[in-house]
Amino acid sequence: MKTYEQINNRIESGKAVVLTADEIIDYVEKKGLAAAAKEVDVVTTATFGPMCSSGCVLNFGHSKPKIRMSEAWVQDVLVYTGLAAVDVYLGATQLRHNDPANMDHPGEFRYGGAHVMEDLVAGKTLQLFALSYGTDCYPLREIRTYFTINDLNQAIMLNPRNCYQNYNVAVNDSDRTIYTYMGTLEPKRKNANYCSAGQLSPLLNDPYYETIGVGTRVWLAGAHGHVYAEGTQHAGGGSRTPEGIPKGGSGTLALTADMKQMSKEFVRGTSFRGYGVSLALGVGIPIPILNEDVLKRTCISDREILAPVVDYSHDYPQNTGKVLCHVSYEQLRTGEIEVEGKKVAVGSLSSYYKALEIAHLLADEIKRGDFRLAEPIAYLPKDTKMRPLVAREKPS
Amino acid sequence: MSQTVTKKLMLFFPKCECEKPIIYHLVKDHNLIVNVFRAKVTPEEEGYLALDVTGTEEDIQKGMDFVKTFNVSINTTGKGITVDEDHCTHCGHCITHCPTGALHIADMATREVIFTESKCIECMGCIRVCPYNACASAF
Repeated sequence: MKTYEQINNRIESGKAVVLTADEIIDYVEKKGLAAAAKEVDVVTTATFGPMCSSGCVLNFGHSKPKIRMSEAWVQDVLVYTGLAAVDVYLGATQLRHNDPANMDHPGEFRYGGAHVMEDLVAGKTLQLFALSYGTDCYPLREIRTYFTINDLNQAIMLNPRNCYQNYNVAVNDSDRTIYTYMGTLEPKRKNANYCSAGQLSPLLNDPYYETIGVGTRVWLAGAHGHVYAEGTQHAGGGSRTPEGIPKGGSGTLALTADMKQMSKEFVRGTSFRGYGVSLALGVGIPIPILNEDVLKRTCISDREILAPVVDYSHDYPQNTGKVLCHVSYEQLRTGEIEVEGKKVAVGSLSSYYKALEIAHLLADEIKRGDFRLAEPIAYLPKDTKMRPLVAREKPS
Repeated sequence: MSQTVTKKLMLFFPKCECEKPIIYHLVKDHNLIVNVFRAKVTPEEEGYLALDVTGTEEDIQKGMDFVKTFNVSINTTGKGITVDEDHCTHCGHCITHCPTGALHIADMATREVIFTESKCIECMGCIRVCPYNACASAF
């Protein structure tokens, strides 16, 4: 048994033993669980992939004279101004003004909120255009100006939903190509796309949310941030394997961190043909090895993690809940799976390559004593289910 | 008979050279087997042609010399399609959309995605599906 304090003391003295979630599998097999639990202080997990429910709060400071922005655009991307005078929220999936979207199907969606976030972190000069109705205290009615992230008082990433615990494998059973947030899917189940870092993924290494909770310090695109709430659509109560691994989406995290501390290679705008814009984000989360049980759960391997295969031409859009079958990440990573007797080529949206890089970057920071662990101040619910949106008649 | 080899080429046509039957002469006079992947050669514009030529080293060299007499530049390293390594995140979405395996995972442990230019037939499938805009075409 170890405490957070003991682990942090070892981190501070530069003596912490830190392994990544893929290294720990062989390590425990060699050393045995009991000996490894004594030795190892932290296991680092990571993921890099599109996470649509992301965005940021920006504070521009006050102009002379002052403006209370009622409508505003950054790089022609609409931002939400229903906050205080010069606070705005920029959402990752917001399209640029005049983007033709799917008018000429499949649309290209070349630039949107996520690309603005990437450019912001990259230090590029961006355009702000804002309008106002004017008040006695905020008389200015219009402003067009140019800024970089260094000119802002705050640029705080505030993501309502990141790090889905597990995710669907998407196929297309129709006879035409479909364009989804899971990528381009060829007709007649010709290809399949998955989106998880599998054995490296944070919540798959802590399936019962024993160490990852509200207040957990995380590595968010290079900045030190934290989990500020359960993520939207968090539903820890779904069906699980005997090892506790959810067979579907399940848990999610709401994350925040200072964008001024982020690295541009981990904040990436993405354009999904025929679907829209999303933000690909790199997240690393350390798991403190408090005891043998916690360690045992970090030893999960791709072989033991199952993902549901779902038809995105009918069952996903119509919300039927039908799952064609489950496949393991080990199978997915071979590049081919078998679904109902048919071999299907497999592609990925989540970058294992980047996730591995992040797990090592975080491990190095911890070993250097630059990243301390934080004990959760509240735990994520384990029993909640996802509620549907019901189209009701107006109650009389 | 000398051994035949296949070379991938990209020809750049200045505005003035687009009306000459260069490919015809490569086949007829220089015994080359030509496989055109992609071409955009239109009047009043600069043009590009991405192709494979198969023949003996000697015939290919003669063919190249012939092409050069037309003020057409030859790029023997291809580059009709490029993958920007700074933009690629190695997610692997392109893999199933690449029919020849030019884009492939080189190392199963790190899952790094590698582009082998010589295998590329310039179908442009990767350009259509890459979410990061990492794949691009010269024309």
